[in-house]
Amino acid sequence: MENYDTQIVFTIFSVPINWTIVSTWIVMAVLVLLALLAKKGISANGKTSRVQTAMEAIVLGMRDQIKEMSNDDPIKYLPLVGTFFLFIAMANILSIFPWFKIPTSSLSTTGAFAFAVLLAIPYYGIKNAGIKGYLKKYTEPTIFLLPMNVLSDFTSTLAMAIRLFGNMCSGVIIGSILMLLVPFILPLPMTILGLFSGFIQAYIFSVLTIIFVSAVSPVQKDETLINVRNS
Amino acid sequence: MDMMAIIGAASAFSAAICIAIGGFASCVGEGYAAANGLSAMAQQPDEAGTISRTTFVCMAICETGAIYCFVVAMILIFANPFWTQAVSLAAK
Repeated sequence: MENYDTQIVFTIFSVPINWTIVSTWIVMAVLVLLALLAKKGISANGKTSRVQTAMEAIVLGMRDQIKEMSNDDPIKYLPLVGTFFLFIAMANILSIFPWFKIPTSSLSTTGAFAFAVLLAIPYYGIKNAGIKGYLKKYTEPTIFLLPMNVLSDFTSTLAMAIRLFGNMCSGVIIGSILMLLVPFILPLPMTILGLFSGFIQAYIFSVLTIIFVSAVSPVQKDETLINVRNS
Repeated sequence: MDMMAIIGAASAFSAAICIAIGGFASCVGEGYAAANGLSAMAQQPDEAGTISRTTFVCMAICETGAIYCFVVAMILIFANPFWTQAVSLAAK
């Protein structure tokens, strides 16, 4: 198996830097460079550059999707969800370069993503509905399901990590096996399929993040009605 | 047959069985999800955006089982804990 975590590129002050970290840095550098390009010559009125128009289209598209799915102010979720989508999609685009080691095919990268989602669930839950409303989510339908509800937060985020890792890793392995067997032409359709499924995975990771993070919706309007019924 | 041969054969065979059953079952499930999503889209073309989004997410969730099987098969083939233990026992 091509394990990029054990392939050391160089060491800084006796700290080994493996390929996963280096390719993560490359993806980050490309994203920052594109953002700087779009920022250059930005203006509210007048002529907009092509890069700026493209960036605006991407961000607006993401915002509309988030708004549809969360039924909430999209700006609240855009920083987290949009970063996940852009990072995974950019890593996927860069994987068409043969020397590029795609960082999401390492379990440490996807595990870090899932950990961020795990931390974001209580953050947005408390932000949306307060501590009381957030904790109430765990005692729904009955209090006896409390352990299951707590456990489901961990298992669903772990499943997200394993899903992204498995999809990317299987693409890399299929590509390298086909390169050994049939080095001409046949790897090309598999690469196209890998690009397609990589974008689907980026989309799905973002959608699942929105679903988990916005599970506790902002204070409901009919909450007083429920309280009256319970008392 | 010595110990190493048994461990190797059992690992290879169980990896094959794992990916076969897991891949088969989750592909059938995913096919059902896609078919129902497509027929829903054919009935209500106006709602195609929402339906396709939900279908994609459902298919990804169905795919999780196959991905687990893939990871287990990869562990059995490339990072087999039983094999490493047998090697370290034999080295003693």
